[in-house]
Amino acid sequence: MYDSGKVITGLLAFAVLVTLPFWYTAAGGKGGFRPEPKLAPGLEGKKCVESKAFMRASHMDLLNLWRDEVVRQDLRVHFSPDGRAFEKSLTNTCLKCHSNTGEFCDRCHNYVGVQPYCWDCHMEKKLKGAE
Amino acid sequence: MDEDRRKFLKLAGVAALGIGSASLVKTVNGKERRSGKFPQALEGKRWAMVIDLAKCQEHEGCTLCMNACNQVHNIPHFDDPRHEIKWIWKEPFENALPNQEEDFLEQGVSKGPAVVLCNHCERPPCVRVCPTQATFKREDGIVMMDMHRCIGCRYCIVACPYGSRSFNWQDPHLGLGDINPGYPTRMRGVVEKCIFCEERLAKGKLPACVEACPYGALTFGDLDDPGSKVRKLLKSRYAVRRKVELGTRPGVFYLV
Ligand code: HEC
Ligand code: HEC
Ligand code: HEC
Repeated sequence: MYDSGKVITGLLAFAVLVTLPFWYTAAGGKGGFRPEPKLAPGLEGKKCVESKAFMRASHMDLLNLWRDEVVRQDLRVHFSPDGRAFEKSLTNTCLKCHSNTGEFCDRCHNYVGVQPYCWDCHMEKKLKGAE
Repeated sequence: MDEDRRKFLKLAGVAALGIGSASLVKTVNGKERRSGKFPQALEGKRWAMVIDLAKCQEHEGCTLCMNACNQVHNIPHFDDPRHEIKWIWKEPFENALPNQEEDFLEQGVSKGPAVVLCNHCERPPCVRVCPTQATFKREDGIVMMDMHRCIGCRYCIVACPYGSRSFNWQDPHLGLGDINPGYPTRMRGVVEKCIFCEERLAKGKLPACVEACPYGALTFGDLDDPGSKVRKLLKSRYAVRRKVELGTRPGVFYLV
């Protein structure tokens, strides 16, 4: 093989470059970036309208259900499995607790690249684009 | 959440559970969710409004009902009439009630303006033409608008014989002052109109315009209930409706 030295070094360099991200995390010990939604002050120890796991996985479905039930069926009260009652409202319920939308909702949404268009109508100008 | 609200919601929970019939079970991702109404909700079979024109016209230039509506629903103000958003406003009598100028109008009301709003028709042409069911008729007679479904095609605007609907040609936030955080705003590209304050009825409150009129010119009630205030007024006074010849059966009556 001609220039075997150069070719093999080249190949090795290439292999290292391609796997660099793995070496980087292995060396740094920091496994991948994850968004960390920050709870608004005063919310620690409180409970969401549903369990945390359910909210994390299905809050968008729950919001859609609330929306349709309020607007199309005039059903405006949500009962949690443990019997707590909540008014079904994006601004008056979710955002009353999660008042720091920028550090909470947006942190996740920016990470996964979703931009809920709800804010066009459901929030005051002031709160828009908090982060 | 403040204490009052918390108590109220607890009460709401207990009451709605008790009623049972008003509650409904839906599933989200395989899990059951219970829903209900507020216990104090006003319910009717055919909501309607009666407007006493003479009483209204005694107060020339009064805009209390309109101000209240605009404030509660975050309705923008634009000077350019092409961009206007209107839920309740005043029209000259001959525009609001054409050809009814001479019908027994002893009170002379045909000289002044008439307050107009969505008529919440029994046979609403807007609902018939809406391709997405964004506008639909509720069981209590209210012609409702679902902003989430509106695609801005404006068929409903063409179909409505009363001009009760407005289109957001531009971002409504440009024409808003203080925003009422209790009610969502709208965005460019959707149609809006009066919804008989269904969001207030659900919490036991009368429509904002009715509440705001200190002269009692606006009366709200259930047309299906013979004992209701609106039925009593209609029994005792001569009333007209807008463009009855079209067969839409409006739910807004004018005492003339
Ligand atoms: C074009 C404006 C607009 C957009 C965009 C919009 N909404 Fe709404 N929404 C409204 C209006 C207006 C109401 C109030 C209807 C009523 O009760 O009269 C409402 C009501 C609701 C309600 C129930 C009442 C309340 O106060 O929250 C929910 C829940 C809701 N919307 C969820 C959503 C979600 C989730 C999105 C985004 C996916 C969204 N909406 C986008 C205009 C909008
Ligand atoms: C009573 C206050 C309150 C209300 C109302 C509320 N939340 Fe929560 N929410 C919380 C708390 C507290 C947590 C953290 C739960 C935990 O750690 O167990 C949480 C957690 C969540 C999470 C999961 C966050 C994560 O780290 O995985 C989401 C998503 C969420 N809420 C969305 C919503 C939405 C959407 C609404 C309206 C439908 C809402 N919340 C209404 C208090 C509330
Ligand atoms: C734990 C991370 C996380 C938090 C916190 C969170 N979301 Fe989400 N949200 C997501 C993800 C992920 C999606 C996208 C799901 C998908 O695309 O299927 C999403 C989607 C949505 C959607 C649907 C968007 C669309 O275009 O269909 C809405 C509405 C929404 N979130 C509202 C909220 C609100 C309001 C809050 C704050 C109260 C919130 N979310 C907090 C992760 C989060």
